Formats: sequence, structure tokens, C-alpha cells
Amino acid sequence: MSKEKFDYFINGEKGKYEVVIGLEVHAQVLSNSKLFSGSSTKFGADPNKQVSLIDSAFPGMLPVINEECVKQAIRTGLGLNAKINNYSVFDRKNYFYADLPQGYQISQYKNPIVGEGKVLLDMPYGSKEIGIERLHLEQDAGKSIHDMDPSSTYVDLNRSGIALMEIVSKPHLRSPDEVNAYIKKLRTIMRYLGTCDGNMQEGSLRADVNVSVRKVGDKNFGTRCEIKNVNSIKFMQMAIEYEANRQVELLEDGKEIDQETRLFDTKKNETRSMRSKEDAHDYRYFPDPDLLPLKLEQKLIDDLKKSLPELPDNKKERFIQEYGLNSYEANVLVSEKEISNYYEEVAKLSDKKLAATWMMGDLFAMLNDKGLNISNSPISAKNFAELVQSIKSGEISGRIAKEVFEIMVESGDNPKKIIESKGMKQQSDPKELEKMINEILSKNKDKVDQYKAGKEKLFGFFVGQVMKLSGGKANPQLTNEILKKLLKG
Amino acid sequence: MSLDKEKIKHVAKLARISVDEAKVDSLTKDLNSIFKFIEQLNELNTDKVEPLTSILNQSLRSRKDEISDGKIREKILKNSPKKNEEFFVVPKVVE
Amino acid sequence: MSNITNQSLSEILKSIKSKKISSLELTQAYIKNIENAKKLNAFVTTTFDQALENAKKFDNKPNNEQLLSGVPLAVKDLFCTENVKTTAGSNILNNFIPSYESTVTKNLWNNGAFLLGKLNCDEFAMGSSNETSFFGNVINPIGDHLVPGGSSGGSSSALVADLTPATIGTDTGGSIRQPASFTGTVGLKPTYGLCSRWGIVAFASSLDQAGPMTKTVNDCSIMLEAMSGFDDKDSTSINKKKETYSKNLKDNIKGLKIGIPKEYRVDNMPKEIDELWEKGKKILKDLGAQLIDISLPHTKYALPTYYIVAPAEASSNLARYDGVRYGYRSQKGKDLIEMYENTRSEGFGDEVKRRILIGTYVLSSGYYDAYYLKAQKVRQLIKKDFDDSFTKVDAILTPSTPSSAFKIGEKTNDPVSMYLNDIFTVPVNLAGLPALSLPAGLDKQGYPLGLQLIGKALDEQKILNIGYAFEKNCGYKNEIKKWWL
Repeated sequence: MSKEKFDYFINGEKGKYEVVIGLEVHAQVLSNSKLFSGSSTKFGADPNKQVSLIDSAFPGMLPVINEECVKQAIRTGLGLNAKINNYSVFDRKNYFYADLPQGYQISQYKNPIVGEGKVLLDMPYGSKEIGIERLHLEQDAGKSIHDMDPSSTYVDLNRSGIALMEIVSKPHLRSPDEVNAYIKKLRTIMRYLGTCDGNMQEGSLRADVNVSVRKVGDKNFGTRCEIKNVNSIKFMQMAIEYEANRQVELLEDGKEIDQETRLFDTKKNETRSMRSKEDAHDYRYFPDPDLLPLKLEQKLIDDLKKSLPELPDNKKERFIQEYGLNSYEANVLVSEKEISNYYEEVAKLSDKKLAATWMMGDLFAMLNDKGLNISNSPISAKNFAELVQSIKSGEISGRIAKEVFEIMVESGDNPKKIIESKGMKQQSDPKELEKMINEILSKNKDKVDQYKAGKEKLFGFFVGQVMKLSGGKANPQLTNEILKKLLKG
Repeated sequence: MSLDKEKIKHVAKLARISVDEAKVDSLTKDLNSIFKFIEQLNELNTDKVEPLTSILNQSLRSRKDEISDGKIREKILKNSPKKNEEFFVVPKVVE
Repeated sequence: MSNITNQSLSEILKSIKSKKISSLELTQAYIKNIENAKKLNAFVTTTFDQALENAKKFDNKPNNEQLLSGVPLAVKDLFCTENVKTTAGSNILNNFIPSYESTVTKNLWNNGAFLLGKLNCDEFAMGSSNETSFFGNVINPIGDHLVPGGSSGGSSSALVADLTPATIGTDTGGSIRQPASFTGTVGLKPTYGLCSRWGIVAFASSLDQAGPMTKTVNDCSIMLEAMSGFDDKDSTSINKKKETYSKNLKDNIKGLKIGIPKEYRVDNMPKEIDELWEKGKKILKDLGAQLIDISLPHTKYALPTYYIVAPAEASSNLARYDGVRYGYRSQKGKDLIEMYENTRSEGFGDEVKRRILIGTYVLSSGYYDAYYLKAQKVRQLIKKDFDDSFTKVDAILTPSTPSSAFKIGEKTNDPVSMYLNDIFTVPVNLAGLPALSLPAGLDKQGYPLGLQLIGKALDEQKILNIGYAFEKNCGYKNEIKKWWL
């Protein structure tokens, strides 16, 4: 298999530029309650209904850490092959904003809970390792709503204090496609681990994107701009595209790039400087005196490691070994934990290879059409396996299988039952078929003569007649064999 | 080191405190005398000293992941200088 | 009966338990005193109706098994009290009514006491004279021109003027011990983590600690027992078994080793402070204690360290006062940022603003290492000084303050000279240790002076015992002319 070549560069008059991207992904930790308070984290509640006195920073309120959030961060760190730090410290990041009630965000600065790790991407031009710089725990801010009133901003603190994992990549990404693959891989890993639901529509996964450009071959990085809070992969890609071109244009014009925080305007498709972040460079971090250093027992880390589920990279290898899939198939089938579970259930009860083909073909197409995912598929894994087995055993033809599949989608019924009740079973009894074919041949003596005289095209006509008479159920292979035999005689 | 007016205005901006122009001079004088006092610390060599992060020699205590709070919107909004039934209301923010 | 309010808390408790006086009579007596003492400006808020209600409730169904049965108490206005205005002495919280009760005050109420009112204090507890309060300065009952100390100046004033049988304050750098010393009363700053900080308006989180202010050491042990205890809502609360300080109070201190740190004899210290210290040493020695000279070499760096650490934490702790969710909001300003700047500028007083600026500066980019980090290193050295000394001694005896109560307005224009008043109290906060200020004598003007006993972490019982023995043998008596009547 010939590999494609990496080719994402921006060509300017004065040279060819490479785009350097680093991501700070903010992943909402899956937990019942917030990082430092007992309020619910559930999405979609009425405004300010999931807010405690702590989340709204009333005088004298104090944070107490949620043990599950710590465990989730450790699990995620382990899933990223990262070093877990036995000693970490919570710091205050100080800035003023309407949706930041404390006037500071509790985060981790010098001593994060997770250190360096790595993520492996499968790109068309081969696999690529993206370094992880660190992962730390921090509080989310609330939400400012600017469009409900012409002169005021409304503040909803439901999100205030929810635990986030900030996963900082090294500047190893080089194209919007790699960003796409990286985010998807992170999401897959966290979904496997059950540490983040990865739901971008609900804001469970957002990213700040650091973009810089440099001439191909340059060793030093260019000045970077940070694009804040982009909440879909598509927007990230568009923002990078725009920003990289903007920077190249500046450089081509001999201008300097200001290191600044920018906002991606999804309506205009462009990035612009953020006024509200003017003094963002001076967060005055210092250790939060309301909290103590977090010292982790090695045993806790070891126990969490032992209880980790099989992760996508390992599962992919196993699927290749155990089920004889190719790398592409394995990749697709491990992309979501639920898909891999479904596949394994089907593969246990039916032909492994055929199951993969049918899942990736008809099943995925149907789910896609209906806007469903595998967990709410109208066809259970067991029924799907039976369908695959019916094809494999020759009980029904591929064509009939598609019909059965359609009925299964509508009714949710078991394929055996459908085949039985609708009489869709393939006619595979040679004697019966021979009887049927003889009947057809005797009815069409003229065509038989023409065939024998050399008009071999007519073979298709006879097959058609057999299918017509059998109602499409005649086993095509057997039909071919018998036809050939009888036409010779 | 000495603090000039510009520096003080910058710090005040960071702290979101508007400084009355008429008071800047006396503030500058006060802060400089305080910093002169503070800078006695420079007499000490602390190169080999670990900074103290917490006076308590224990690890952080954690709580169970249970929903035990929230659903008190009325209490949360009650003291706000400007609010409606659901939200805190602040002057328009320009991003 | 007529003089019930000038008795100690323990005597009052005896009278309540023996039904010599009802809780209602007691409460009425204090209300009368408070109404006649408005000149002292000790109260920000009174809760008389609620107190009378609670007193009646107690009298109808007395529970004498509690530590503070049927006693009305006024507390520093830094403790959040449910449905009672809590101001921290600041305009920015002028109209703030908490929906919650601080753990420490809740502990008092659970032990049978009830709220009489909220006591004036320096704004956000930042001050040593109670002159920074938005609600005006408090007057020391010792003399109408004197400050009562600070920041718990309303507390010390109310206590010594018989407006509350005992009270509680908070101590970040001396805010309990210095006012106690200025009024001839007993004040204890407990070990950091012994009393919950939950529901107390924060000044500097790593230093703040609530503690009792009382007329006697025995009262102090009762109050400490009632207010302290583990709180799972405070991550810095120490999880340990509750102690019964009052039951275990003993006056036998024979054989105890008392450290005398040479660094506490500072330049320009009035001779009478030195004499007081000598008197204290002699009393303890006569009681069988052994005096040991010790050195706390980094003592002189404690105050500069404190004026980095405390403002740094305060600048962050006070960021929440932004006019959005509670408190004062300025009507000036065209956008959010201007609203913040005006709200905070109008809402905070000069001293608070000064400290926020100091704190912001020492944490800001380029200065963190030179100031904040440096201070945290020196703090380590100060702690180590104490750790080393406590391998040799049971407790340390020092003066509480370098002077007696000063005049109102005397130091307001010179922040550094004001700060220097906390020179003996601040090291203890930096090291997280318990310290007890005891009335020990009068200066030549007749103003009270205090001595300080510093203990090992969680060794409150020992310093209370030493204080108890000292008190019995010191012969100090607070005689106050009630000039405001």
C-alpha cells in the first residue's frame, strides 16, 4: 500500500511556510458533582439551579476536593501513557470576569497532577506521535450570555466549578487534519476510560488553539497566537486555516506578529483580537492557601492502573490478530468503545470478517441516515450476528439479506423469524432447482437452441427466469452451476 | 526598588481598583515606605530554602462524589444588586 | 445580681445553672449595658429581639448540660451569621445578609449560647486599631482617647465594657492578642486548623484563625472547647479528637520549661514592657517552671514576611467583591470593567486598597520570586526557628505588644509604625502555632499590658494551664471607670 505524503504548507511569495499547532484541550471530567462543591454537573439545568454558595463564591466559602475527579485525572493520565505526579499543588489563577465568581480560577500551575505523555495518530502518511506536555485539574467558569438583553450581560453559574482536565499538547501538530485526528483520538481514549463524554455540542470538550507559522526548515518557532475556546473540530480547522494565512500574510508584508489571545468569530469565519484578555499575561498564580498539596499514594495509582479498561491502541492490535481484520477495519471498529463492543459481540456469534464488512457498510450507513449511534441501534448485536450467519451459511443471498436488514430496522425483529415468515430462505436444494430449471428450459426451447448455437449472452436471460420463478430466492451459485450443466447436455 | 505612579496605576488596573488621581501621591509615598520595610528580607540568603506551601503537614482531604448542594437559586440571587428571576445581571461585556 | 454583667463567663454560667438568674434577665442586663455604651461604637448590628426570644426559649426549657447554657454572646462581624447582616467592617458588604452560619458560631449556638449582636472590627480585619472600619472607630473603655486595638477592637471593647460575657475574634497577625493586651483581657489564637474557617470572611487564608476573647483563662478554655473542632467543609481543618480544655485546666506547672527568646527584646522598647516581661518570668519561676534562654533568629523578618504573604492572599481573597452577586455595586461606569473598578474603589477603604495593591504587586509577573517566593522561604525559616526551640521548651514567654494602647489617630498616617505594633504577634501566625495573651500589668499611665505564651502546635491545653497558674498569681485586676455612662 503506497502511503500518501504529508502536504500541508502555505506558499507565500517569499517561501513555503509550515504551520505549528499546539492544543490546550479542556475536557469536562465525568463526575456527579463539581470539583470543589457538591453541586450537580448535569447538562441543561435551568439557569443558576446547580449553584452552591461555594460555586458563587460567597464570603467565607471554602473548597473541598472531589476524590472522583482526582481519580478521573489519574485514569486519563494513565490512558495517555503519562507520568502521574505523586505530589501536585492547586494554584489560584487570578483574573476578573463576570462569570468567574471567586475572581480566580483554582487550577494547577507549577505542579500538575499529570506530566508528560503521548498520543498516537494514524495518518494517511503513517503513524505520528503527538507529545503531551501535561494534564492538570481546574475549575470551569460560568457562562456569560450577551444576547438576551441589549444593554446587559446575564450570568449563569451552573458550569462554575465543574472539573475540567486541561490537556496540553506539545507543538507537534502540523495541519488541520492532524488536529482533527488528535482531538478524535483524545476523545476516543477518554470515552474508553469513561473520564469525559467528549460531547462537543454540550461543551464537554473545548480547546484553545495555539498557532504559529515558520518557513520550512526553520528551527525556531514563530510568534504564536492563542485562539480561545473553540468548540467544534470544524471551527478549529477553520480557525487554524484563517489564522495561519493571516500570519503568513503579515510576515510576507514584513510585519510582526503580536503574541495575543484571539477569538474565532464563527459568523465571519475569522479570528480577531480579544479586548477582554488584555492583561491575560499576568494571572498572578500562587498556591491556593485554602487547599493543601495533593499527595497521592502509589497504591492508588497502581490500583487505578490495574482497573483500566483495554485502550483503543491495544484493542486495535488485538482485533487485527484475533479477528483477522486489516488495519483500516480495526481502526474504524475501535474508534468508539460501544462500536468495538458491538463488533465483538457480533464476531463471537458469526463470521468475523463478514461481520466487519456488514457493520462498516450497511449498519453504519443506516445509523448515519437515521442520526443514531450504535448504542441505540434498532438492530441488536445478536440479531445482527444471526443475519451475518445466514449470509455466510448460504441460507439467504446478499441481495435478500439487504431486504431482511431493512425489515429488521423497521421491526427490530429477529432475522430468522423474518426469513421464515416471509419465506425468504434461499432455494439451495439442487433437486428442486433442477426441476425448476428444466421447466424453464422446456418452455424456452428456441432460446436454448440459440444459446447452443453460440449466443452465450442468453445465459443471463435464463438466470433471470430462474430468479423470477423462485421469487429471487434461488441460490445464485447453485443456479449457475445447474444451468451450465443442463445447457450443455 | 521604588514604585512609581505608573507602576501603581498598572497594579491598580490589575486589581480592578480605580485610583483617585488626587490620592496617587500619598499612595505612592505610603507604598514606598512599606516596600522599603519589606525589603529587609533581601538581607537574608534563602537560596537553599524550600518555600513553605502549607503550614499543615498533611495531605489534601477529599470528599465523596455525591450531589449534596445546589438548587438554592433564590438564596444565591437574593443579595445581588442586580438580577432577574434566573440570572445575575451585569453591564454589557465587550469580548 | 445587679453586677452580673461584670462577672466572668464561668461565674455567669454558674448563676444560670443554679437559677440565680434567668437567661432572660441576663440578656436584658446586657442589652441595657449595650444601649448605654453607644459612645464606644463597639456594635455594628444588634440582634436584641432575636436574643430575647432565644433567652425565653432557654428559660422555658433549660438545658444545663451544655458548655454555654443560656448565654448571649456578641461576635466579631467577620463571622457570617444566618439572616443577620455581616459586614466585615466594610462598605462593600454593608448590605450583605448571609443565608448561612459560620461553623464556629454554629458551634457556639449548639453549645447553648445565642447571638446578641455583631461587633465592629477593622475593615476585612486589616488594622491594629479598629480605625479602618467603615462604621467608624471603636473606643477603648480604658480611656476615651484610646484605640481598643485591632482588628478585633469591637470585641475587646465590648468585652471589657461588660457588653458581652465573652466573645470571639479572628487573628491573622495579632488581631485577637493585641486588642486583648490593650484592654487587659485574655485572648487566644489557636493552632492553625483547630477552629474551622468556614463561613468567616477571609483575610489571609493561611494565617486566619478564630479564637476566644474572655475575661479569664478559665472562660477562655470554655469558649475554645465550644468553638473548636474538626469541620469537613474546611480542607485545612485538623481532624482530631475534641479536647475538654475546661475540665482539664490545671494550675500546676512545676517542671515546665519556658523559653525566653532574646530576639523579642527590640530596640526602643519601653522600659516598662521589659519590666513586665521580667515580672512574668519571675511569676512562672516561682511556680516551679524552669526558664531557658532560647533564640528565634529570624524574628525580625516575620513582619516583612507577613506584609507580603497576608496582602498577597488578601488581594486574591477579596477579588470576589465585585458587585455582581452580593454587596455594594457602584452605579458609575459604562461597562463591566468600569463597574468593577468603581465598585471596588468606592466599596473598599484606604487600608484595604493599600493591601490589595501590595498583594497584587508582589504576585505580579516579574516580582513573584523577589517577593512572594522569598517570603514563603523566610516563612519556612521562621517555622523552623520555632520547631527547633520546641525540642527544648514547653512554651515560650514574650510580651504581647511593644506598647500599651495608643491614641486614636496617632498612627493612622504612618502605616509602617502601625504595622510595627504586631511585631510580637505575627511570627506565631506565620508558624501556625497557638498563643495566649494574658493581662499582666499596667504601664505608668495605668493602661493594660499583656504577656504572650506561645505553645507547640495543638498544645493549647498546656498554654492555658500556664496562663491559669499565671493569672492566679499575677494579681492583675481590671478596674474600669465606666466614663461613657
